[in-house]
Amino acid sequence: MVLSGTLKELAGGAAQIEIEAGNVRQLLRALGERYPALAPHLDDGYAIAIDGQIFQDAWFAPIGPDSEVHLVPAIRGG
Amino acid sequence: MNDVPMQALTERKLKIVGTRPLRPDGVDKVTGRAKFGADIHLPNMLIGKVLRSPHAHARIRSIDTSKARALHGVKAVITAADFTDLPSEFIPAGEMMVNYRDMTRNILAREKALYEGHAVAAVAATTEAIAAQALKLIEVDYEVLPHVMDVAQAMEPDAPLLHENMYTIGVEPTPAKPSNIAKRVEFSLGDIAAGFAQADVIVEREFTTKPVHQGYIEPHACLASVSEDGQAELWCTTQGQFVVRSFCAKLLGMELSKLRVTASEIGGGFGGKTVVYLEPLALALSRQACQPVKMVMSRTEVFQASGPTSGAKVWVKIGATRAGRITAADALLKYQAGAFQGSPVQPGCMCAFAPYDLDNVRVIGYDVVVNRPKVAAYRAPGAPISEFAVESVIDELAQRLKLDPIELRLKNAAKEGTRAAYGPKFGPIGLVQTLEAARAHAHYRAPLKANQGRGVASGFWFNIGGETCATLNLGEDGTVTLVAGTPDIGGSRASLAMMAAEELGIPLENVRPVIGDTGTLGYTFLTGGSRVTFSSGMAVVEAARSVVRQLRERAAKIWEIPLESVIWEDGCARALTGEGGKPKELPLAEIAKSAGKTGGPIVGNAAISAQGAGPSLATHLVDVEVDRETGKITILRYTAIQDAGRAVHPSYVEGQMQGGAVQGIGWALNEEYIYDQNGRLENPGFLDYRIPVCSDVPMIDTVIVEAPNPRHPYGVRGVGETPIVPPMAAIANAVEHAIGIRFTELPMSPPRVLKAIDDKQAVQA
Repeated sequence: MVLSGTLKELAGGAAQIEIEAGNVRQLLRALGERYPALAPHLDDGYAIAIDGQIFQDAWFAPIGPDSEVHLVPAIRGG
Repeated sequence: MNDVPMQALTERKLKIVGTRPLRPDGVDKVTGRAKFGADIHLPNMLIGKVLRSPHAHARIRSIDTSKARALHGVKAVITAADFTDLPSEFIPAGEMMVNYRDMTRNILAREKALYEGHAVAAVAATTEAIAAQALKLIEVDYEVLPHVMDVAQAMEPDAPLLHENMYTIGVEPTPAKPSNIAKRVEFSLGDIAAGFAQADVIVEREFTTKPVHQGYIEPHACLASVSEDGQAELWCTTQGQFVVRSFCAKLLGMELSKLRVTASEIGGGFGGKTVVYLEPLALALSRQACQPVKMVMSRTEVFQASGPTSGAKVWVKIGATRAGRITAADALLKYQAGAFQGSPVQPGCMCAFAPYDLDNVRVIGYDVVVNRPKVAAYRAPGAPISEFAVESVIDELAQRLKLDPIELRLKNAAKEGTRAAYGPKFGPIGLVQTLEAARAHAHYRAPLKANQGRGVASGFWFNIGGETCATLNLGEDGTVTLVAGTPDIGGSRASLAMMAAEELGIPLENVRPVIGDTGTLGYTFLTGGSRVTFSSGMAVVEAARSVVRQLRERAAKIWEIPLESVIWEDGCARALTGEGGKPKELPLAEIAKSAGKTGGPIVGNAAISAQGAGPSLATHLVDVEVDRETGKITILRYTAIQDAGRAVHPSYVEGQMQGGAVQGIGWALNEEYIYDQNGRLENPGFLDYRIPVCSDVPMIDTVIVEAPNPRHPYGVRGVGETPIVPPMAAIANAVEHAIGIRFTELPMSPPRVLKAIDDKQAVQA
């Protein structure tokens, strides 16, 4: 999993981390447990990009064993 | 939930998708039958009006409404005290998260009025005149405070403080003192210093943009009716009836099921109707009076108290090799949020360099509160501002490198597999196709005269999916009623009906699309983020495929053969093998006619969380002429080229491209708020706040590029927002090529252009 910018700072500077998770919900839970400073930001403000595809509000989107995952700010639009 | 791709479109020939039928709402619109927000009436209806702050920043010591309440004909009076003070809780709204604590303070000022026009109290009376008279009887004791309107000034340590409890988020450690800076965000990739060290040429500029209003013609309007038992109905002009229901129920402490919200026809929204202003007030007044209450904003109120998008300061620095490869890109964005936090600086940061394939990039953004109305979403929120700055610097870089501006963009264009500065790699995207189409267009080679110039700019917007429901009800005569939950702003009833008809294999005229209220469908997120043709389209296709399956099942039962033996083709159930080798056939209308006897009504429902929205990219070409005597810029020719994935109804796609371009022309050339030294708006009307009219612009030429989105059954990408991203830079670039002056401040209005020409002449002299 890749963190950058503000999220990297909240995770104590960790840029690339390995997390075992089969879906988005498991990933968010594991991430919040490992980096408590990130936890408050994970509920609604972020989406997950799995191998380039952005999933928003999709707890059960599957994550493959070798997937590259990015946490990105949730997008809304006008 | 739909986290897997729906069945992709096969190579079958499409009969309806991609054609240009008449719009289903056309007759109602041109004959005046269409009911907009202010067109709804109920018996015994009261008129509601709002008292607004005359001050840009003031503490509210007290509000005395006793004289207003005593006025004959006044039935209800409310202030912030009639709403529960909600704790800080963020929820998704139009462009970003909205905080209920802020929302309850924005609909009616609580401790302080934070901008001129901030609602302070509201009344409902039997006539508009009595309501207006009652407002004058409300006594508000203000302590006027220093105000701040400019983003840079608001960031100064000694600036007047809007919120005493605002500590910048995103800074470690959290600052010890409060400030007007709500948030800092950062996105980065690679090594920015090493990237600039590799550059042969570096261009660095600072830009200023002004807040601009969405400029919807229809003002905010609603009618609320709350009965004695707490059941409530609300009719309003909105981009999302379900979101309005959620907001209002929360603000008024109501159960969702007791509030039914119906979206009227909408006379433009562009993101500005994704939030609530009058709706909770009308409900509160109606609840107090036990009579229906209608409220309509004046144009002055629309300008003083709704929208706009941010004004901003943007600094951009880009370095490149002599061969035209960008080695590093850096940007600092400071966006005005208005009176409450939540500017679109985050998407502004993410979009800034998104059209380019960069190894070393950094974007830092600040969300800053000022004494102006709280910003609302506006078409690709945040992106036009940052991309105006970046695309201007790209153009200057091309000049310095003596490269064609399209060639420079092609050398650095993002494509499938490019990693965006905000992290993930792109799937299939169509920027290169739009650039190549621009280069090949006759417009790009047309001759220019003196004082004329041509500009190019590209633009990016993400697009979104989200929670979406749709229902198809098959009538006994074989016609279909399509119910969608996303208000139709840009022609979505047509595109949704077309996809339904295509799936069912029936004539488009046999599908009647309607927008359902909150009682008719499951929760559906609002019309925004260019998501409707994508998301509601996915839901409609899923619902239609459910209907087709049911039709096949009924035919199989009638024929007493297995379901697998029945296929659906051209609006008919067909048995794979008929008696004596002759195929059996049952048209949809025949199956519908006997539905009551074969199992009951046939209804297709879909409730999905649409994922997989594909970004849309565009490239615009514009020719301008600058009048050196008056400073007036005339748009001579304009061509908008955009990737639509697949254009379901090409005329509507072109309409979005043209509309976005025209709004961008207004943003570039004329639109700005003018405040006096006391923070009072001096141009709250379309006479002085000048948006483009037809005579200001040429016919906007369009080229649709189709790089299908593999996640949508018809390849659709949202198209509504991207078209407003390139115009400002394209025009600024054209002006530079016309007269040799690079404008870094918008709008490029005649006085500003004239001054720049005079200044240049003075320097040359």
